[in-house]
Amino acid sequence: MTVDLRPLAPEVVVAAAALLALLADVFTRTSRARAVWWLVALVALGWAAGAVWTAGEGAFGVLYARDGLANALQLVGLAVAAGGMLLARDYLARVGLDRGEYYALVLLSTVGAMLMVASQDLLFLFVALETLSVPLYVLAGFARDSHRSQEASLKYFLLGSFASALLLYGVALVYGATGSTGLARLAGAEGSFPLLVGLGLVVVGLGFKAAVVPFHAWAPDVYEGAPVPAVAFMSVLAKVGAVGALVRLLPLTLPHLLPAWQPLLAALSAATMVVGNLAALRQTNLKRMLAYSSVSHAGYLLVGVAAGNGTGVWSAVYYLAAYAAMNLGAFGVLTFLERAGVEADEVEDLRGLADRSPALAAAFAVFMASLTGLPPTAGFVGKFYLFMAALQGGLLWLAVVGVITSVVSVAYYLRAAYAAYLGPGRAGVRLHPGPWAGVGLGVSAAATLLFGVLPGPLTTWAQRVAALLR
Amino acid sequence: MEVFLFAVGAALSLAGGLGVVAARQPVHSALSLLVVLGSLAILYLTLAAEFLAVLQVIVYAGAIVVLFLFVIMLLHTRTPESRPSRVGGQWALAVPLGLALWAGLSAAVWGLPGARRDLPQGFGTTESVGRELFGKFLLPFEVASLLLLVGIVAAVVLGSSPTTPAGPRPGGGDQA
Repeated sequence: MTVDLRPLAPEVVVAAAALLALLADVFTRTSRARAVWWLVALVALGWAAGAVWTAGEGAFGVLYARDGLANALQLVGLAVAAGGMLLARDYLARVGLDRGEYYALVLLSTVGAMLMVASQDLLFLFVALETLSVPLYVLAGFARDSHRSQEASLKYFLLGSFASALLLYGVALVYGATGSTGLARLAGAEGSFPLLVGLGLVVVGLGFKAAVVPFHAWAPDVYEGAPVPAVAFMSVLAKVGAVGALVRLLPLTLPHLLPAWQPLLAALSAATMVVGNLAALRQTNLKRMLAYSSVSHAGYLLVGVAAGNGTGVWSAVYYLAAYAAMNLGAFGVLTFLERAGVEADEVEDLRGLADRSPALAAAFAVFMASLTGLPPTAGFVGKFYLFMAALQGGLLWLAVVGVITSVVSVAYYLRAAYAAYLGPGRAGVRLHPGPWAGVGLGVSAAATLLFGVLPGPLTTWAQRVAALLR
Repeated sequence: MEVFLFAVGAALSLAGGLGVVAARQPVHSALSLLVVLGSLAILYLTLAAEFLAVLQVIVYAGAIVVLFLFVIMLLHTRTPESRPSRVGGQWALAVPLGLALWAGLSAAVWGLPGARRDLPQGFGTTESVGRELFGKFLLPFEVASLLLLVGIVAAVVLGSSPTTPAGPRPGGGDQA
């Protein structure tokens, strides 16, 4: 049997970079030498992105398909990984956690997400999902001397394992109903009751990873306890994997069962937008607020999946790219701040930020505006596309819920942005400069504005994914 | 005969599963787990998956549970009898929701096409499992090795002793 490994080249490069990051700790003593290895891993990410960019369509056996959706979301995933590494370096060095394992886990998790969005088989999807999730559990507990970080890790692990078990049970039912775990067989399957229950359980398992209501209860605690750079990375990457898998499973594979799954997805989406935004209103802790914000954005992404049409699919891809830029940035700002030896994670801690660092405050305001969905930012364009898809899919009520909850979200996002421009600064809050995190933030802010002012190129790029829809 | 074996295996695994969650002593939980894993091997046998049944006994019942027991033994002095903590009103929600899930899943399983298929030649043998694993499922097999690597890295990270705090950490100063 001859095997063509070329479609897998990007994943192999990233996995090799992860091994390199692990070895780096063994062979280096000085922080300067470590920086070199870290840069090599970053370059490897760029290399993998180039390989994805130039890769055409391909497949590895019947389990793995490198198609438009895989290529697009893998590029987003690689960008998230690069952002996660840039934002983490200065923070980890400052708190004495600068270990190669952190970057290795980030890269391995990225490999999991890359495989997940390309997986054409539910069993393979499960293995990829675990490869995505398990490193995230560990990253949540990376601050070994913080009780909250350890608690976050344990909670995330227990609930995540539970969700994975539900997903597996769903896969078993799908197998029982169709005689195969492959999506190819599923594509022609009749919507029997066992198949629908199985699909429902798979959606629950994926919904957990994306923090969809009512499977979101872990998110605030985990996001509050985990180190900020890890939260920035995990909040986006888990959504890339989960939403990518949902898009591939539902609109791309099962368009003929749309009447069966659309009401479920639309209900989940609406509940997620409403609960996420209302809960975020009451938070005074910035990390918890952004956690609920992240929940609500899972709802907006599901609008695209629930719409079930081509517009929904590509606007979900567009929104994932936009969300990656703005959410990495929003959490990234927090990596610069410190209050009395701990992370400065209260909204009040932002006070006076504009006096100390106008650039940081401006970037924060941009991210908040984009998360709200105000023009001229990527968030506005993305939400516009998503709600348009809902209208085209005949889900007027869902678009209305989305617009109303977005208006509600103005209150808490702008309260945070406002705090940054209100002096004087809170006593005890210190600002630490970080060159690499600065680069990451700069790129995120530039992308957030660019995709908002000139959405054309990214839109054309995302729209190619819709060609997959049968 | 098959039904009898299934009944024994199913009853034992259910009893073992209850034992895992209900036992107060970690050792009893681990031994109950052994019962679960062993009875699953019986169920695999009734499904004509003989290679899997042997693997189940060697890997899970043999290696994994022994590992559990070692860990419990090493940590024994530090793990007091654990009682499950309960949230108020937990039962009121858990029982109806659990019953609803059970009913839904039972209905789904009941609705599965129950036709008995003739097994292909050599089903469940070492050779056919090997061909599937290293043929069609080669990629998940290789990815599983990455997953195991993550497990090792996780053990190193979580097992390392906390370093002295040198800067801000998540949480309000509650250092361990």
